[in-house]
Amino acid sequence: MKFSRAGVVAIAGTAMLALVPVVAPPYYSGLMIPFFGYAIALLGFNLLFGYTGLLSFGHAMFLGFGAYGAAVMGAVLGVKSFEAVLLAVMLFAMAAALPIGLLCARYVGIFFGMLTLAFGMLFHSFLFKFYHLTGGDSGMRVPRMNILGLTFAQYNKIEFLAQPFYYYCLALLVLAGLLMWRIVHSPFGLHLRAIRDNPRKAEYLGVHVRRFRLAAFVISAAFGAAGGAILGFRIGLADPELVYWTQSGQLVFMAVLGGFSNFFGPIIGALTFTLLQDQLQSLTQYWRFVLGAILAIIVIGFPGGIAGVVDDLRGRFARSAP
Amino acid sequence: MTALLETRNVSKAYGPFRALDGVSIIVREGELVSVVGPNGAGKTTLVNLLTGLLAPTTGEVLFMGKSIIGVGPVELADHGLSRAFQLIQIFPQLTVAETIGAAVVSQQKKRWRLFSRLDADTEISARIRDVAEIFGLHHRLETVAAVLSQGEKKLLDVASAFALDPQVILLDEPTSGVSTAEKHGIMKTLIAAAKTAGVKAIVLVEHDMDLVAAYSDRIIALSGGKVLADLPPGRFFADPKLIEGVIGKRVSY
Repeated sequence: MKFSRAGVVAIAGTAMLALVPVVAPPYYSGLMIPFFGYAIALLGFNLLFGYTGLLSFGHAMFLGFGAYGAAVMGAVLGVKSFEAVLLAVMLFAMAAALPIGLLCARYVGIFFGMLTLAFGMLFHSFLFKFYHLTGGDSGMRVPRMNILGLTFAQYNKIEFLAQPFYYYCLALLVLAGLLMWRIVHSPFGLHLRAIRDNPRKAEYLGVHVRRFRLAAFVISAAFGAAGGAILGFRIGLADPELVYWTQSGQLVFMAVLGGFSNFFGPIIGALTFTLLQDQLQSLTQYWRFVLGAILAIIVIGFPGGIAGVVDDLRGRFARSAP
Repeated sequence: MTALLETRNVSKAYGPFRALDGVSIIVREGELVSVVGPNGAGKTTLVNLLTGLLAPTTGEVLFMGKSIIGVGPVELADHGLSRAFQLIQIFPQLTVAETIGAAVVSQQKKRWRLFSRLDADTEISARIRDVAEIFGLHHRLETVAAVLSQGEKKLLDVASAFALDPQVILLDEPTSGVSTAEKHGIMKTLIAAAKTAGVKAIVLVEHDMDLVAAYSDRIIALSGGKVLADLPPGRFFADPKLIEGVIGKRVSY
């Protein structure tokens, strides 16, 4: 029952997203690419936050692994296949997340948050200061690559992003969503939720608390890097701004906005944020002010986020129906 | 009868304060052993030593003949020693089925199955149903733990410890925080469940002498960190001085 409802939401959501390039101008399809990147990264972020109870303030580091990984592989090593890039940056992010996680996952709450923030800032400083390696504040170029072995040479960059790459990213999001759905509904996922709710009790039920926190951290890194590769590919640049701590804050914002207690919440959050930011930026130079106010209202009035509000309304409707 | 759980001359000191001083106890197969004593007698320290949470300053702690000093709770659970806490410990957002399921996943060693569907695993769901039925929680399987009654939360707490299929279970005041009306019901459920589940011994830490008298096979009284008595209930309650030493006032049973 629960599964079928989630299935309906997923299928309806995918169908609506699939219609965007058909009904909306290319500008909007292009705008949706960052949404896909953030949504995939947030699936991982929320495995850590919503399911394991660890709030990372340094997740932009993994976006950076993805974007800079794509730049290094594409521009320096001359790799043409975006799938190869995705696979490589995910593996690299997991390998790098292991030692970082070993240090961070020993802590919880604010200490975990601050440590992840610290590592994120270290990586940002590295990107910013080691100019000869990373291009410093001008970043590194991410060249156009093949997807599924096809060059799509007849499309210019904007058309390419709005059509083939759009559907490619949609497919990646669906894939990432299915994978994450399986993870959170597996025996492993149950143990993660037990850790989130009561780590002490969990230990006495045979849950490897530290190892599982670490595992969640490593998995979330892979999703973050995949999202980062998409973000870098879209703008054609791996930019140190992508790794700055405000980006990590933005991920937290999206998860809270959409509702981190719901599987789809962070995806809804990423979509809402992307559209909202675009609209607000065109309306007013005080768009950050409006976003801040929205965040405050959500946290105070609707802690379940948009998904929580929808669930609530659905519940009320079901109760009032005869 | 085989000794399942044993401490040999165990002491635990916190600075100059000796919480336990030369304590030797044995829990054998088929027994329900109660550990009693006034506040500060060392009961909690003993339980924490028995569950590997603390390491003794001197002495040995053995479970099925092997030292369990420094062994963490996860490994102990795997070995077959399970514990329920004095204060109710639940997973507020998990359902009854998921709470029991967390233990079943450990017991069936399916922790690292990242991509298999939990709800499609009939082995796990069958075990969850069995355990829930023993504790009368089978009609609450899909209820979120946070909204259960206090009594049900306690049962769920203990049920999840039972779901590990332990050899020995340690119950730290299993009826604390539960109404007087419910406590005998809970104790009877626990003991019946232990028998059904094949638990070989129960260690009960309890203040309530009523429960201790009714259900123990043997009573270990601690006072000031030392074993004051280790007697069957008949002989224990026949000694008014002993009772006075344990609960601080004269009562008749």
